[in-house]
Amino acid sequence: MELTGAEITVRCLAEEGVEYVFGYPGGAVLNIYDAIYQQDKFKHVLVRHEQAAVHAADGYARATGRTGVALVTSGPGATNAVTGIATAYMDSIPLVIISGQVPTPAIGMDAFQEVDTVGITRPCVKHNFLVKDIRDLANTFKKAFYIAATGRPGPVLVDIPKDITQFTTEFSYPKKVSLRSYNPVTKGHSGQIKRAVQMLLEAKRPMIYAGGGVILSDAAPQLTELARLLGFPCTNTLMGLGGFPASDPLSVGMLGMHGTYEANMAVQHSDVLVAIGARFDDRVIGSPEHFYQEERKIIHIDIDPSSISKRVRVDVPIVGNVPEVLAEMIKLIKASKERPDQAALKTWLTQIELWRSRDCLKYDRHSDIIKPQFVLEKLHEITRGDAFITSDVGQHQMWAAQFYKFDKPRRWINSGGLGTMGFGLPAAMGVQLAHPGAMVACVTGEGSIQMNIQELATCKQFNIPLKIILLNNRYLGMVRQWQEFFYGERYAESYMDTLPDFVKLAEAYGHAGRRIDNPAEVEDALKWAFSAEMKEKLVFLDFRTDQSENVYPMIPGGKGLSEMILV
Amino acid sequence: MKHIISLLMENEAGALSRVAGLFSARGYNIESLTVAPTEDATLSRMTIVTRGPDEVIEQITKQLNKLIDVVKLVDLSEAGHIERELMLVKVLAEGEWREEMKRMSDIFRGRIIDVTDKTYTIEMTGAGHKLDAFLDALDKNAILETVRTGASGIGRGDRILKS
Repeated sequence: MELTGAEITVRCLAEEGVEYVFGYPGGAVLNIYDAIYQQDKFKHVLVRHEQAAVHAADGYARATGRTGVALVTSGPGATNAVTGIATAYMDSIPLVIISGQVPTPAIGMDAFQEVDTVGITRPCVKHNFLVKDIRDLANTFKKAFYIAATGRPGPVLVDIPKDITQFTTEFSYPKKVSLRSYNPVTKGHSGQIKRAVQMLLEAKRPMIYAGGGVILSDAAPQLTELARLLGFPCTNTLMGLGGFPASDPLSVGMLGMHGTYEANMAVQHSDVLVAIGARFDDRVIGSPEHFYQEERKIIHIDIDPSSISKRVRVDVPIVGNVPEVLAEMIKLIKASKERPDQAALKTWLTQIELWRSRDCLKYDRHSDIIKPQFVLEKLHEITRGDAFITSDVGQHQMWAAQFYKFDKPRRWINSGGLGTMGFGLPAAMGVQLAHPGAMVACVTGEGSIQMNIQELATCKQFNIPLKIILLNNRYLGMVRQWQEFFYGERYAESYMDTLPDFVKLAEAYGHAGRRIDNPAEVEDALKWAFSAEMKEKLVFLDFRTDQSENVYPMIPGGKGLSEMILV
Repeated sequence: MKHIISLLMENEAGALSRVAGLFSARGYNIESLTVAPTEDATLSRMTIVTRGPDEVIEQITKQLNKLIDVVKLVDLSEAGHIERELMLVKVLAEGEWREEMKRMSDIFRGRIIDVTDKTYTIEMTGAGHKLDAFLDALDKNAILETVRTGASGIGRGDRILKS
């Protein structure tokens, strides 16, 4: 039997086991929406802006490890989606984005709602396709899902002209896909792995530096086993939080621009650094020149060869899938009679404890004004560290990363690479739909939340009972902090005047809200938000926090790991 | 240092723009780029001439390999290879120049492929530096127009780039 392109699209998604499609209809995708209307294999979530569709699919993907799916129309639908696509691309999140396109004969005619979607998205997708022949449609979907989820994951866009969704052809979904030009490696080079193990066993001041690749490849168990087996300290990047339990004594927390003193000092002064699914980016190691001032050997494990030796030279590169490589290393270490020099390791761990005793995350616990750090500590306490936390971008993001001690992977969901304000709320929708019973909180600022606030309506329509933790300091806090430190306290356009009454706003959308002005009310408000009574409701908590609070430690741009500004 | 990167890619719409876009997005130099289908119509062969320090060239090859459409890639400059480029030059061929241009073309093994009262069009192939040398040898005032294809390259002997 012949099916239309729209029906084939829907069948392909069903074949891929898609649970949710996040989207927004429009002219070019009307046929696809008509086919969606007539099926029951997956649910469609109607967002209020296409950017949110992609972020929601992204949040779903980050929380589950499965490929997220978004559907948008041509022209403005596609351009609105671009920020979401670029966000997912920077953080290597597997997505398939379906965009409508004007009918094939209209392409190039400056037709209504026409834009060169494949051209616009090319630099921010892992791959994209324009389907010009309906006979290629099913195969293109198979390839798209395969490319998105394998190797270093990433978003893949499929652009479908409207006439293709009307044409008909026989449908059969390919069982397998093979691409001669795309064969991601999985197994690491055994010789290199042996060299790496030897280097680890001979280390005197070892350090494990684990990034988002550990989360993406579900390698947290292997990473944890390796660190504990060797007794080596471990730091996680912003993207890697939860890859190693924050509560483990070997954890030194996050490193980087707002990393802990102990993590940054330990990385800078290590003699053997093993980077796992991390890419030495500018926010993590600061200036490479400063990084090179101390000598150390570097082992770098990553699935993407282009991440290796990009910003820093490494001694032992290992290209492969992180869990497989780590499992191989663990096997070799267990089989070896050698063990690291325990006396040296003890000295090193003692040094790290000394750095830790600097208590770099301390803040005024007796303030009359709500300290944002305090809210996050209480959030951790009341959710027993077991919530999924999404964030937007800015100070609140860094405080959440520092103060919500993540013990499990896929619990911390933020836009680390692109730094997209407006990510948190729609991402939390995807997380909550993926884990209906779980506690999901969006930690946000009053700047970020307003970038996708319209999604409160989506939450109402689909009964998404997430909790919004707004750390409201009436400033674009991170901008204000930089202006204070580096621009002579000239606060250009960083003050947020005429903010809405967020409680009334939440109520206007049909949700519950509360404004919290005093530290004494913080705990009660959080308990209320996460109470059984509010379990089915979205709760919007507007915490009026200290306007002058800064994120410490901080490595100024262009400076090195040990050049932190401390509180 | 100059590098000649040769690659095979799927002969798909937009393949060229993926490569060109990569170079501009990451700020890599591109001296010339040529592309045409091969005997296998599903594959295009591209030759890219670029310059940069070793780390940059390493990144360029890795980033190119990362493109889904790229099937195979080789940096020809790493070993024995042959580089050829085609150039067409239109020169003034009046008066004393008429004889001079013919002589220069012969010395550089060019061929005059179009003749008018006032001009010659000379066809010449060779490595880029030979074509440069020819242009340098001509009186600048005599050159009316030049067009170059950019380099094509192939490995020497049994060094073969096939899918």
